[in-house]
Amino acid sequence: MRWIGNNTDLILGYLASHVWLSIVPTVLGFLLALPIGWWANRVPAVRGVVLSVGNVLYTIPSLAFILILPGVIGTGFLDPLNIVIALTVYAVAVMARFASDGFASVSPAVLDSARASGFGAAGLALRVELPLAGPVLLAGLRVVSVSTVSLVSVGALAGVDNLGRLFTEGVFTGNTAEILTGIVLVVALALVLDLLLVIAGRALLPWSAGARRVRGGVA
Amino acid sequence: MIEYRSVGKTFSGGNAAVADFDLVIPSHTTTVFVGSSGCGKTTLLRMVNRMVEPTSGQVLIDDVDVASRNPVELRRSIGYVMQASGLLPHRSVLDNVGTVLRLQGVSRAETRRRSLELMETVGLDTALADRYPHQLSGGQQQRVGVARALVTDPNILLMDEPFGAVDPIVRDELQAELLRLQRELGKTIVFVTHDIDEAFLLGDQVVILAKGGQRAQVGTPADILAAPANDFVRSFVGLDKGGRELHVEERDGVQVVVDAQGRATGVLKG
Amino acid sequence: MSVASDSWDWLTDSANWSGDAGIPHRTLEHLQYTGLTIAIAAVIAIPLGLYIGHTGRFRGLAVASTGALRALPTLGVLTLVSLNTGINLTATLVALVLLAIPPLLAGAYAGLESVDPATVDAARAVGMTHWQVLWRVEVPLAFPLLVGGFRSATLQVIATATIAPQVPGPGGLGVYLLGGLAVGDYPRVVGGAVIVIVLALVVDLLFAVVQRLTTRRRVSTPDRV
Ligand SMILES: Nc1ncnc2c1ncn2[C@@H]1O[C@H](COP(=O)(O)OP(=O)(O)OP(=O)(O)O)[C@@H](O)[C@H]1O
Ligand SMILES: [Mg+2]
Repeated sequence: MRWIGNNTDLILGYLASHVWLSIVPTVLGFLLALPIGWWANRVPAVRGVVLSVGNVLYTIPSLAFILILPGVIGTGFLDPLNIVIALTVYAVAVMARFASDGFASVSPAVLDSARASGFGAAGLALRVELPLAGPVLLAGLRVVSVSTVSLVSVGALAGVDNLGRLFTEGVFTGNTAEILTGIVLVVALALVLDLLLVIAGRALLPWSAGARRVRGGVA
Repeated sequence: MIEYRSVGKTFSGGNAAVADFDLVIPSHTTTVFVGSSGCGKTTLLRMVNRMVEPTSGQVLIDDVDVASRNPVELRRSIGYVMQASGLLPHRSVLDNVGTVLRLQGVSRAETRRRSLELMETVGLDTALADRYPHQLSGGQQQRVGVARALVTDPNILLMDEPFGAVDPIVRDELQAELLRLQRELGKTIVFVTHDIDEAFLLGDQVVILAKGGQRAQVGTPADILAAPANDFVRSFVGLDKGGRELHVEERDGVQVVVDAQGRATGVLKG
Repeated sequence: MSVASDSWDWLTDSANWSGDAGIPHRTLEHLQYTGLTIAIAAVIAIPLGLYIGHTGRFRGLAVASTGALRALPTLGVLTLVSLNTGINLTATLVALVLLAIPPLLAGAYAGLESVDPATVDAARAVGMTHWQVLWRVEVPLAFPLLVGGFRSATLQVIATATIAPQVPGPGGLGVYLLGGLAVGDYPRVVGGAVIVIVLALVVDLLFAVVQRLTTRRRVSTPDRV
């Protein structure tokens, strides 16, 4: 445990970048997936394409994806941007399916009565559909956030600083304490982010008692 | 003969569905449990094949307490037609009918032969044999349920609102079919319904149940109509508002029977 | 674009297609790790999942612990076990098995839960024993979701087995990725990545076919009124 005391700065630095590398793709993926999922729910053909493209993208192994990106988009091999882009793509792939299911879960009768009471197209989408799709969106966001946190550590193999570094360095120097620290912090980060999402869900979706129960597996 | 001896059932939540229930169901006759929703009909019925275990008292079949019998063998020896057909969605109609035979180790060929035979007995086109349950109409599904219950030629047949989910015309057909089958087969049938007309049509013995599985009256339809035990029964069978009262009117020397709404329903003979 | 054309050259170089360090052998190793992992994980997770789904017991515990397991970083487990046992193939298998258990477990219990309770009740009522209800009714009806669990687990293992060479010893396709990275041989890295991607897509396609074949006979439960 002395190792932790002597290396707090290093650990905190890795933790901070791990947090950023987890949150940015999760948020970006969520925001990008919303319109895609909404559109997919409207047009069955789009839904088919979104689901199958998402499935193929999600199938691509993460390390391979991160390493192949520079060749495709011309970034540097050790650029953190590779991780952000790759994880955002995964987040969109998973989240678009949840978003489409979420919008599909809104009862047509509710939409009809909202339209009848004078909501315009934009108001309907933002003030009726979006909140009602909330519980499913939240379930998707929780899946994406947990898997993103654990995928970020793989990025350490591609030379990007984050908690995964504690594993690659720890195995190199034979330091069990370092690896254990990394495991505990990664799991804790995942659980804390999940807890924050649950709390946010309770606050934003107070009407949905079942918000915690909708939990889907991934692809 | 099936006998309930001061049977009670309290579910885990403390909900007393049935208390201190006594009844004798004679063999080779149809006994109908009738009562409104939630009065304990299904609970009483399922005690016979141990799908529900009484919390007090005993249920006996031919003087043997069912609690002493292996539940799996007991169930295989009793036909059971359920509220919503209860067919296995992943098995063809023919396989559904033959389920219990296969469980008992009857050969494939023999099962097939007897299942097809039973399909004919209950009036199902054997061309439906290879379909899946969801490809059948509600009425056809119920016929499959009846065929499955009869395939092992059980002495006892339990039927839980088997015709509750089909339209009135199909229900009439199925009821007529059941009466015909019963004339041929002479099973001991315990039938559950909330429809008093169905109860009077099918039952040799009718058991009118009040909340909590209380016996309001037991007797033949004629007994009950002639002497309703109390106001609950009178209202349940429709005697209170004159709905079942018939009058006789003379027309050219013929006695015409007229119902409560003034419609002629027949003529009086003898 | 030179990385792309160099990678193409690496992929098409016949020297890379033979011998113990060749692509076919590495792919075979990769598939062996994957198969062994899935077999071990299934022996643990499937009976547990079927038990939970059939009885409904320990469901809360299962949901919570699969959630926590999903958060566990595979790279961390791999390096930790490898440091403490020194047996690197064991470390690889432990890490990958822990990765594969959650989707298999969830597929099994969620699959059984998806079966209409009325159907299970009917099966008991005609006199099926617990085992018969499980094998003749619940498992067949849960089959698509069970296969879904295997599909998800297998793809995650194929993807993650690439990090095995991070500890000395194990081979598999990760050798191209990590080995290439270590010496700055990017064509090898990208070529290896392409092979992993193709492998994952092919395996996914096989599962899709199996799922299609097993769902075709799956039918909706009878209409309930
Ligand atoms: N498994 C159970 N656990 C708790 N309570 C139950 C259970 N099954 C039935 N009950 C309760 O016992 C009472 C009788 O139920 P039962 O199913 O026997 O009614 P029923 O007469 O068949 O009604 P219906 O006509 O609606 O089918 C009801 O109050 C019901 O809520
Ligand atoms: Mg009932």
